[in-house]
Amino acid sequence: MAQGKTEKKSSSLWRSVKQNKACYAMLAPFMLFFIVFTVVPVVMSLPMGFTDFNMAQPPKYVGLSNYTTLFLSDKVFIRSIRVTLVFALFTGPISYILCFLLAWLINELHPKLKTIFTLIFYAPSMANVYTVWQLIFSGDMNGYLNSFLINLGLINSPVQWLTDGRYVLGVTIVVQLWISLGAGFLALRAGFQNIDRTMYEAGAIEGIRTRWQELIYIVIPSMGPQLMFAAVMQIVSSFTAGTVAQNLVGFPSTDYKAHTIMTHAYDYGWVRYEMGYASAICMILFVVMYALNRLISKLLSKYMD
Amino acid sequence: MAQINTAKLKASNRQAGRKIGGTVAIFVFLTILGLFMAMPIYLTVIMSIKPVEELFIFPPKLYAVRPTLDNFRDMFEVLHQNRVPFSRYVFNSVFVTLTVTLCQCVFASMAAFVLAKCKFPGSRLLNHIIVIALLYQSNVIYIMQYMVMAKLRMIDTYMALILPSIASPMGLFLMRQSISQVPDSMIEAAKVDGAGYFRICWQIVMPNQKPALMTLIIFAFQAAWNIQTGALVFQEQYKTLPTVVTQAASSGMARAGIAMAAAVFMLIPPIIVFMIAQKHVIETMAHSGIKE
Repeated sequence: MAQGKTEKKSSSLWRSVKQNKACYAMLAPFMLFFIVFTVVPVVMSLPMGFTDFNMAQPPKYVGLSNYTTLFLSDKVFIRSIRVTLVFALFTGPISYILCFLLAWLINELHPKLKTIFTLIFYAPSMANVYTVWQLIFSGDMNGYLNSFLINLGLINSPVQWLTDGRYVLGVTIVVQLWISLGAGFLALRAGFQNIDRTMYEAGAIEGIRTRWQELIYIVIPSMGPQLMFAAVMQIVSSFTAGTVAQNLVGFPSTDYKAHTIMTHAYDYGWVRYEMGYASAICMILFVVMYALNRLISKLLSKYMD
Repeated sequence: MAQINTAKLKASNRQAGRKIGGTVAIFVFLTILGLFMAMPIYLTVIMSIKPVEELFIFPPKLYAVRPTLDNFRDMFEVLHQNRVPFSRYVFNSVFVTLTVTLCQCVFASMAAFVLAKCKFPGSRLLNHIIVIALLYQSNVIYIMQYMVMAKLRMIDTYMALILPSIASPMGLFLMRQSISQVPDSMIEAAKVDGAGYFRICWQIVMPNQKPALMTLIIFAFQAAWNIQTGALVFQEQYKTLPTVVTQAASSGMARAGIAMAAAVFMLIPPIIVFMIAQKHVIETMAHSGIKE
């Protein structure tokens, strides 16, 4: 306050910056590393989409040609848009609902069981076990799924889960769902633990009896921030998925059936070293995710009010 | 056994009016779904203790007939052939992981408090930038990051492994969302008492943020533990465990057993951290219950 008076001459902006210097000081350590290792690389990467850049020579400005090629003549890209949308439409909402539903159901149990169930559902996102999925979906009779189905008599000969164009996208979606109870799920679990217990008691006095009523009138309205966090994480993981498919059904997958936009970017970036084209692909994906994020945050804040 | 479980379930009911049937139904549902979820990890563990001749028999068995630790022994044998002693990799990984986790939690908590609870020029913009950083995924970033690190002469040092992971937008976003639920009145009261932002953050807000902080520790530890040295480090003495373990396991399907052993081995520390942290998350509830 005293400083505000001595700085009469300076603009009001500068005054309020000075007043809040404690805030900037507390932000500084994080922002230092954030700016150097995230903001600077991101800003440097923004113009890349308008260039022809092969990493060996300096980038050459080519205007919008990367974008026009993408939409007008790259058939694989158009296909990858469809794959990504199908993929995101299945994995995004389903895993978001699963994250919330499971976090809630686990919360209804005894504390010891809570830890165990949280571990069971979260463990897949910790583990890096594509090898075991390859063995489960293996195309010969030794594959766990094939041998299981043959024993049951449902199929006669082994199914090529990982190479048959009809199944690759489905298999990828299953495995993605399996690992998708990650950051969002755990954040929601923490959110449940943070709800003020007096809220439940107040609710009981006002006549809330069943779990469902408690969920709708007490839990969801006080979990807005965690729901938003989980939504952002789920958008990112469902739209940028690519590693699952690449590790599981090969790269490129049969008939590009599991070829997502991110896989396409990987293809041009790290296989053909056409970094300019790859950044244009990533930029389109970012615009889509950003728009979706705005939409969901609008919907959530409307619901919370 | 069923009786013990039922008794436990009963004890967990917040209100006496709760129907026990519902809780049992939830338990059964979660158990069935949990079995499906745990299956691949169970198979990984089983395959890591199967001898080679059992790995490819038909029909594949869901258990090991003659369990063995050969796969683990082979993995360590490969690792011991490196020029650098195995303990050096363990030290590197522990050092990198602890430093990143500690810095990430402290820095993200402070920044999150400020972004959630203080209004100052630029606060709205910064909040926006954090979400954008989460959504912007481009494979060119790594090249640019590498260029920045090369300019700062960090390549081939511990710095290259530690510093880029310290400021995690996800960690900040998580803490920010959680701290935004703290009532403003609490902070105003502390301000009236003459506490500065730094003290409010660490003595008033953070002690109430145990669930979010513990969750952040899990994320940070897990990510840092899996930092691959990639092109950032060339000298053997700075390499981390995931790098060398992946090398040892990457000989294709013929050595599936070793790959499984490596996966199990790398999974143990994050699971231990997870268990400890989750215990604290859940105790938060129990304590606030006793207080009232």
